[in-house]
Amino acid sequence: MRISKSPWLLHYDGSSCNGCDIEVLAATTPRFDVERFGIINTGNPRHADIFLCTGGVNSQNQDVVRQIYDQMPDPKVVLACGICACDGGIFKDCYNILGGTDTVIPVDVYVPGCAVRPEALIDGVVKALKILDEKSEKMKRGEYRSLTSAEYAESLKKTDNKAEAAGMEEKDA
Amino acid sequence: MLENTEETPLIGLLNKIKEIQTAGDRLVQICATKIGGNYELLYTFGRDYDIRHIKVTIEPGAHVPSITDMFPAAYLYENEIHDLFGIAIDGINHDYKGGLYRTPVEAPFK
Amino acid sequence: MAAKRSVIPFGPQHPVLPEPIHIDLVTEDEKVVEAIPSIGFVHRGLENLVTKKDFGEMVYVAERICGICSFGHGYGYVDAIEHIMNIEPTGRAKYIRTLLFELSRMHSHILWLGLMADAFGFESLFMETWKYREKVLDMLEAATGGRVIFSIMRIGGLRKDVPDDILSGFLPELDKIEEGIRACEKAFLSDPAVLGRLKGVGYLSKEDAVKLGCEGPFLRASGVARDNRMKGYAAYSDMDFDIITSDDGDSYGRCYVRIQEIYQSANIIRQCIEKMPKEGIYVPIKGFPNGEYMTIIEQPRGGACYYVHASGKKFIERMRVRTPTFANIPALAKTLQGCDVADVPILVVTIDPCISCTER
Repeated sequence: MRISKSPWLLHYDGSSCNGCDIEVLAATTPRFDVERFGIINTGNPRHADIFLCTGGVNSQNQDVVRQIYDQMPDPKVVLACGICACDGGIFKDCYNILGGTDTVIPVDVYVPGCAVRPEALIDGVVKALKILDEKSEKMKRGEYRSLTSAEYAESLKKTDNKAEAAGMEEKDA
Repeated sequence: MLENTEETPLIGLLNKIKEIQTAGDRLVQICATKIGGNYELLYTFGRDYDIRHIKVTIEPGAHVPSITDMFPAAYLYENEIHDLFGIAIDGINHDYKGGLYRTPVEAPFK
Repeated sequence: MAAKRSVIPFGPQHPVLPEPIHIDLVTEDEKVVEAIPSIGFVHRGLENLVTKKDFGEMVYVAERICGICSFGHGYGYVDAIEHIMNIEPTGRAKYIRTLLFELSRMHSHILWLGLMADAFGFESLFMETWKYREKVLDMLEAATGGRVIFSIMRIGGLRKDVPDDILSGFLPELDKIEEGIRACEKAFLSDPAVLGRLKGVGYLSKEDAVKLGCEGPFLRASGVARDNRMKGYAAYSDMDFDIITSDDGDSYGRCYVRIQEIYQSANIIRQCIEKMPKEGIYVPIKGFPNGEYMTIIEQPRGGACYYVHASGKKFIERMRVRTPTFANIPALAKTLQGCDVADVPILVVTIDPCISCTER
């Protein structure tokens, strides 16, 4: 049984302007209906397989984002929804914004847009499902475990490239 | 310039606010602005649709008395001004002691 | 035996919360004795962007204070700058602004109804209300090109005109939405299971509402008739509408006020389309703003203040936004006192919290 047949989704508002948040919610309602992929919006990180993060990370919520990520069971995928979650967007220059979601946790799929459109979001989720399957296959063969947020912070110190830092998980496992 | 604005020295602030409270106005907002080297505090009060402002100019390092005795809901504004501008406000009823906004730069508007 | 006090942390990540707010609930058994709100999880510090973006670009930053009341924030900032620069927008620009403002009020209130239904566990009602919200968003998209962030405001008018045939196409859509909301209204205002969750929950007296500085539907549900649209900014002076209030003061009253305001907005939009003047939409601006001004407008969640201080340069000195949720938080803490722990999510939702507005 593949996990991508019924992944559960968790949404956290980093420091977005709400625009992306309501689009995430709208994507679960009948018009766009991301639930047709068997997805259920859950509030509990320990039940979740997909983490949708909207908005940039700021100094007050970085620990919250890390904690939610670490509480999620393996395999898991992270979606950065909206341009602010991708790299900070219009708020990049603000004193309290550290950057996109990938400054604290590894991100698998980036979905840009201001605000992100539900169609784009569905596209991102479908991509994420593929990654989720790949990860779970590798896990079964014992070749993979995801980085904890602390390990990710360590690998970020070694390289500036965030994709490379996220990729270190596979070599280490 | 701003309509219905009264400038008052810091020392007469509490008396002025007391007058307004007795008149039965509500607090609309408190905001700070950095002008030159000094800070301007703008207290806005309203009655129905009419609003009026009290403006106080203070120097860096001055201590401002809290108005939460008269307007208990002012605590969020006062904490915000303390956290963002680094202005000391004495006697707030719910003092977050700098914990309302936790920013990497202390008092970013200072 | 006296009940033992314990502190339950609520938020920032919580199943019913669409946005992060943290409240420490001091409880005795199942009763909340005290609630201490703490905010700051969404604080970006965008007011400080005035040093990096010029006064024209700040319109787009202002619109991104919040994605739900985005149009209102853009309007408030532009209104303050226009007052400082003594610009009078054309009649058509004013009418289109009013129309878009009311459309965003409808979308915000319907969104709230859905979140409310979700908070008391009525998921099919949540889906049903959001079906009608999509219709409102379609209208907004037809008019501006954006679903939640519109970027149509500009100092001196609008960036683009909305053609008359698109506007007249809104009329049948409005009827459909109104019909749909009337059907949902039955569930919200007369379903016994829903009434059990709403009636008498979170009572706030008229005196407290005024004293704690409440705003918007939260205030009007406690029987205070104050609606800043009555001041007649934009084209509201030409519109015929009344302030909607309720004397209940509880969650039911807040629900009632917001539902009635959806119909009211639909009416104002119809009046706008009927009286729409035919002229240009943009007045050219010259120079830089110099002076200070505070404008107060009625957002879907209540009165919002926009203060702008400019000194004749490209970059303004200060932009300050006081949003309705910021004013409603002290009153929320008050209504939480004495309620059941199970009612906390509903009460937090009844103020229609918009945390990203609050913390900017």
